[in-house]
Amino acid sequence: MCVSVEPPQSGTFEELAMPLFGQLYNFAHWLTQNREEAEDLVQETYVKALRGFGSFQPGTNFRAWMYRILRNTFLTSRTGLKTTQTVPLEEDENGPASAATTDPQTPEAILIDRNHQDLLQAALEELPLHFREVLLLCELEEMSYQEIADTMAMPIGTVMSRLSRARAALRANVRQKLRST
Amino acid sequence: MACDQWQSQLDAYLDGELPAESMRTIDRHLRTCSACAADALARVQLKRAIKTAGMRFTPSPQFRNRIQKKAGGARSRWSFGWAVATALAVLMVASLVSTYLGNRTLRQQHLYSELADLHVSTLASANPVDVVSSDRHTVKPWFQGKIPFTFNLPELQNTDFTLLGGRVTYLGQVPGAHLIYQIRKHQISVFLFPEDLVALTAKSNAAKEHSFNVETWTQDGLRYVMFGDVAPEDIHNLTALLKASARS
Repeated sequence: MCVSVEPPQSGTFEELAMPLFGQLYNFAHWLTQNREEAEDLVQETYVKALRGFGSFQPGTNFRAWMYRILRNTFLTSRTGLKTTQTVPLEEDENGPASAATTDPQTPEAILIDRNHQDLLQAALEELPLHFREVLLLCELEEMSYQEIADTMAMPIGTVMSRLSRARAALRANVRQKLRST
Repeated sequence: MACDQWQSQLDAYLDGELPAESMRTIDRHLRTCSACAADALARVQLKRAIKTAGMRFTPSPQFRNRIQKKAGGARSRWSFGWAVATALAVLMVASLVSTYLGNRTLRQQHLYSELADLHVSTLASANPVDVVSSDRHTVKPWFQGKIPFTFNLPELQNTDFTLLGGRVTYLGQVPGAHLIYQIRKHQISVFLFPEDLVALTAKSNAAKEHSFNVETWTQDGLRYVMFGDVAPEDIHNLTALLKASARS
């Protein structure tokens, strides 16, 4: 019998879902930017996931599954709808990173250390939602491009170009903030 | 610019998402091109800084309990289904569990050796603590804004323990508090981390790790780990004091 040596993807809902609780809450708070809404969002995510757990396929990526539920729940919430309505659609997202996303000045000037944490948090908050979420999934949750693609239900190429734009936007914002301090 | 082709790939390189051959090519290039090496370094720093800055919001213990109850309530409903599945695939489940436990034990050993290193290197340092005070009302507020959680410290009057101070520490890039207590000439490290970010199995009655006496437990969403070369009773007494103060 062949048994795969994957991270554990089988167990009770509680065993699989509770270790993700803190991360999911943190991510929800970054999306909603509000404690109460983050709690509502996480609660609804767990309720939906519990209800749909029977349809979860053991062996597939449980973490991506939970994040996908959370993200979809957020996008269809009042705050989510409001946020996405105000974000302009990007042009040519599947194309290679355009000239606008490459920094003419390389970011050596941005030597971020822990003293700049507040500044960086403010810059992340100001990022448009679609940039903020992809950046957090990559850097904070350390998801692979494939996992992010699964979570956000989009092709890997789009993940890569969006990530590249998000990083460029964050660097530009940080650079501007550093200049004005 | 000659390096444009490299710079457009640096992010995917640092994310570990390029094919092996391209990874090696960029490795070689970075060793010879100081401009790209500096660029890569700045990008790594930004990646790390985002990770630290991103770990910002911690759920309240009350909210955690609420969700835990909802998630745990599922068990009885599914127990029948699980029993059937287990009966059909006992072998497979057993091997999955042993693989999982093996991995978990390895990860735990790794965490304990990192904590032992932190304990030893801190005590060996000329300035072991960043906030030097025996007053818990000085040490606790010093951590405000430096770590993403707060905690209570015990009153030590009429005990043999003294608080020497504390410092911010990191375990697997998770920020936490490192407190140092003294009893007689011995020093004890107490580490505090968000519970769900540092996964350890509870150890009580001062188990042995790397020849230190260790005790670890969770309380109010925090993982406490205590390390020291003192007698198990001392570790146990300090544990009791910390547990009592966390409840207050």
